[in-house]
Amino acid sequence: MSGLNDFAFKIGTVNGTGSASANTMLMQSIFRMGIPVTGKNIFPSNIQGLPTWYEIRVSADGWNARPGELDLVVAMNPETLKQDIATVREGGYLMYDSSYPLPAELHRDGITFLGVPCGEMCVQSFVRDRDRVLLRNIIYTGALAALLDFDMTVVDELLNEKFAKKKAVLESNHKAVRLGYDFAKKHFACPLPFSLKQLDKTSKHILIDGNTAFALGAVYAGATVGAWYPITPSTSLMDAFKGFCEQYRTTPEGEKKFIIIQAEDELAAAGMVIGANWAGARAFTSTAGPGISLMQEFIGLAYYAEVPSVFVDVQRVGPSTGMPTRTQQSDLFSCAYASHGDTKHICIYPSDPKECFEMAPTAFDLAERFQTPVFVVTDLDIGMNDWMVPRFTWDDSYVPDRGKVLTAEEVAKAEKWGRYQDTGGGIPSRTLPGSGGKGAFFTRGSGHNLNAVYTEDSPEYQAVLDRIARKFRTAATKVPKAVIDGGGSDIGIIAVGGTNGAVTEGIALLRTQGIACDHMRIRGFPFGAEVEDFIKKHEHVFVVEQNRDAQLRSMLAIELGVPRDDMIAVLDYAGLPLTAKFVVDSVVHHVGLLAGVKA
Amino acid sequence: MTSIVKPPVKHPSLQTNALGLTKRDYEGAMSTLCAGCGHDSVTSALISAFWELDVPPHRAAKMSGIGCSSKTTAYFMKQSHGFNSVHGRMPSVTSGANAANRDLIYIGVSGDGDSLSIGLGQLCHAIRRNVNMLYVLENNGVYGLTKGQFSASADVGSTSKRGEANMNQPIDPCLLSMTLGATFVARSFSGDKAQLIPILKAGLMHNGFAMIDIISPCVSFNDHDGSTKSYKFTREHEVEIVHADFVPLRKEISAESNAAGGVTSVTMHDGSTVRFRRTAEDYDPTNRIGAYSHVKACGERGEIATGLLYLEEGSGGEMHTLNKTVKRPLVEIPQAELCPGSKALDELMAEFR
Ligand SMILES: Cc1ncc(C[n+]2csc(CCOP(=O)(O)OP(=O)(O)O)c2C)c(N)n1
Ligand code: SF4
Ligand SMILES: [Mg+2]
Repeated sequence: MSGLNDFAFKIGTVNGTGSASANTMLMQSIFRMGIPVTGKNIFPSNIQGLPTWYEIRVSADGWNARPGELDLVVAMNPETLKQDIATVREGGYLMYDSSYPLPAELHRDGITFLGVPCGEMCVQSFVRDRDRVLLRNIIYTGALAALLDFDMTVVDELLNEKFAKKKAVLESNHKAVRLGYDFAKKHFACPLPFSLKQLDKTSKHILIDGNTAFALGAVYAGATVGAWYPITPSTSLMDAFKGFCEQYRTTPEGEKKFIIIQAEDELAAAGMVIGANWAGARAFTSTAGPGISLMQEFIGLAYYAEVPSVFVDVQRVGPSTGMPTRTQQSDLFSCAYASHGDTKHICIYPSDPKECFEMAPTAFDLAERFQTPVFVVTDLDIGMNDWMVPRFTWDDSYVPDRGKVLTAEEVAKAEKWGRYQDTGGGIPSRTLPGSGGKGAFFTRGSGHNLNAVYTEDSPEYQAVLDRIARKFRTAATKVPKAVIDGGGSDIGIIAVGGTNGAVTEGIALLRTQGIACDHMRIRGFPFGAEVEDFIKKHEHVFVVEQNRDAQLRSMLAIELGVPRDDMIAVLDYAGLPLTAKFVVDSVVHHVGLLAGVKA
Repeated sequence: MTSIVKPPVKHPSLQTNALGLTKRDYEGAMSTLCAGCGHDSVTSALISAFWELDVPPHRAAKMSGIGCSSKTTAYFMKQSHGFNSVHGRMPSVTSGANAANRDLIYIGVSGDGDSLSIGLGQLCHAIRRNVNMLYVLENNGVYGLTKGQFSASADVGSTSKRGEANMNQPIDPCLLSMTLGATFVARSFSGDKAQLIPILKAGLMHNGFAMIDIISPCVSFNDHDGSTKSYKFTREHEVEIVHADFVPLRKEISAESNAAGGVTSVTMHDGSTVRFRRTAEDYDPTNRIGAYSHVKACGERGEIATGLLYLEEGSGGEMHTLNKTVKRPLVEIPQAELCPGSKALDELMAEFR
């Protein structure tokens, strides 16, 4: 399967030892050689001393899902050596630190061992303890560069950029790269049967993670208030928002046109976002599952009192603390139906960092148009891993949709103004505090009528709830439409979010096996008419998602009335990004069963 | 039950303030609290304070949590926007609103349940952040709205209506605020308007977080003998240790009143003045440690120390000063100034490779 510009390798190290920057450099070098590449960081929930891996997939065709097979594994962590040896594909390669002899019992037939004495070379060549730790990573980088035929001018250029301000460090890094490179050239047949060759497929692309992308999108969308409480995997989002705001929103006098509040907990973060939006700013929070759980009461308030608000949920694994540094799609329910009572919420599901950027203005526009919480549901894989995506562009004619916000004059002109009256499509109009005139109203989560007056009267209460339901139906026509590929097959595969790469690749592989499938990627909730249509048109519907209980399938059943068991659940919830192989195997298995039934 | 709207009766004889508004213009919906509830007196003191300060009603934002006390934001200034949020979470909603629009006058009304149990964390952090707001804590020692359970401000030994004694240590919002670095800390009594109104006015004009703990008896569940938050007990044990007069910027301070013995003046952010008349000897309302010890000692003697207990004007800074936010409210900055535009994006894209 592997070959020129088409292979995957993995590096196993210990976290906190500087391997992350070496691994990023490997990926960046490949990208700068014009070759499509993806990197997946599989890291522990810990600061120093636990095993961590970085998987790099090179694919001239641009497939970006997690690789199903590893052609080469670099095992720098003695603790995971045994495990790492086992993950190499038959006929593949294992590179290890030969400063220490490889225990005989770890030998495995059918793969090639490449010993590089990284540790020993470090001790011989560098004096400082810190160098001896950090440069070990650069030595394996050099060895990989020789084995995989990296363009060394690109590697050198990256080192020069990275250490431009630190001459001494730069020199030792160049030295370390050469040590690894020369060692590999001398001792191994370079390059390996799979390697790199310059292409021109990345010049219109960037490498970026989804958290950074959404943060940038929020700046462009005009968000001025961010409130948050640190939690993996969402933390880097608010960090990036702060960085961009400092860059673009600070006056020459050092005054800020933004405010970021690190709240005391997620409840407070939600309250701040709601307060700021109520006052007329675009405000948002970023969090993960445990934070969404804590925000539930406030989400219900924003829903019922109709206060715009944007919640980014970068999903991680599990109930409770779970596995904070692994990826899943298991908050689909807790976002869509957050809070007690009759509630349901607009959700949007980006599939990669580019959509994170593009959907940031969409999220704020929807929140203000519909005066309601909007959830941007991403996951750790999208949020924290670097993806190769087309460069972002911006349309300078963009005008934020602030929704129906009335000034004092507009209220005065309106014959009879009521905060919660339907002005069309179930959407009410609002006024902002400070606006004056006759537009003042009282915002409350307790029972209120169409004029925002306290009520315990059943018909008055229901009138508001029914209007909110109408508003929700209108939203189904305004959330991002599902993306549908293919047509004409009786098999339809439905997926959502970050699994898109694996599903698309899986469908391509299935086609080579004679199984044609159509594909629908859901991008918004409430579901649009196209979603129901797709399900109706396909005899066999597979719903691929990363959670145990088939949440998306249940949502389709609940909202569209499609019998749940008419849809086949394809579930992966182990915590790692999905592979195409998983999709193929699941579909083939079911098609086999179906054939058996028919025969 | 629905809310009760007051009939709009005009009284031509009513006095007007500098804006030409009468006190009636500062009223809200009819109160639905129990007759005699302390909270209603606080509401009317607030109406007077806002009216006397000539605050245009639409420039104020009324924030609250949940409880009988928190309901009262509906009972004054119907021309102001109000936000009755969720139980114990008013501070975060107010922080967010203030973050977005720093130009409004924020008044938060809460209860001892709302503030000292479910909302204790949010209260503490709003103080730490020094959100520019007046925080009115209507303190009755019980959860009124859920029918009389002890709150965290109930004193040890104070008994419930059924005779049960509270055994847990109370949290004193004033001592708590002083510990956390609040720059304006006061205590008053709903039954003492003469003391309350000037303090409310000073608190509204304070640039930063102003805490005012108001003993506000619950006639339905905590006004019996044996309660330390009843009208009777409060009247008998209140000790005004410092009396504050608030003099707005426009009014000149007469030499005569200034010359009166034992007066200290503190100039507020906007140029107004607070004049303190010490009733307790050696009490210095600008000395945090001294004020803390004095109030604490009063408490230990079973006295309820009232007055503007501590004021620190001008030092440190409120949330936006600490953040270095632009002076203009964030909500007034147009999109063109917020969005870096396509050219900046193109340049930025070159860095992601
Ligand atoms: C999350 C939540 N838990 C419980 C309640 C019920 N509840 C309503 S008011 C209240 C206590 C209010 O006490 P306090 O703030 O002292 O107000 P008071 O009625 O005494 O003025 C409680 C527990 C609620 N509204 N929300
Ligand atoms: S129950 Fe108590 S606090 Fe509530 S309104 Fe009645 S007297 Fe006031
Ligand atoms: Mg109370």
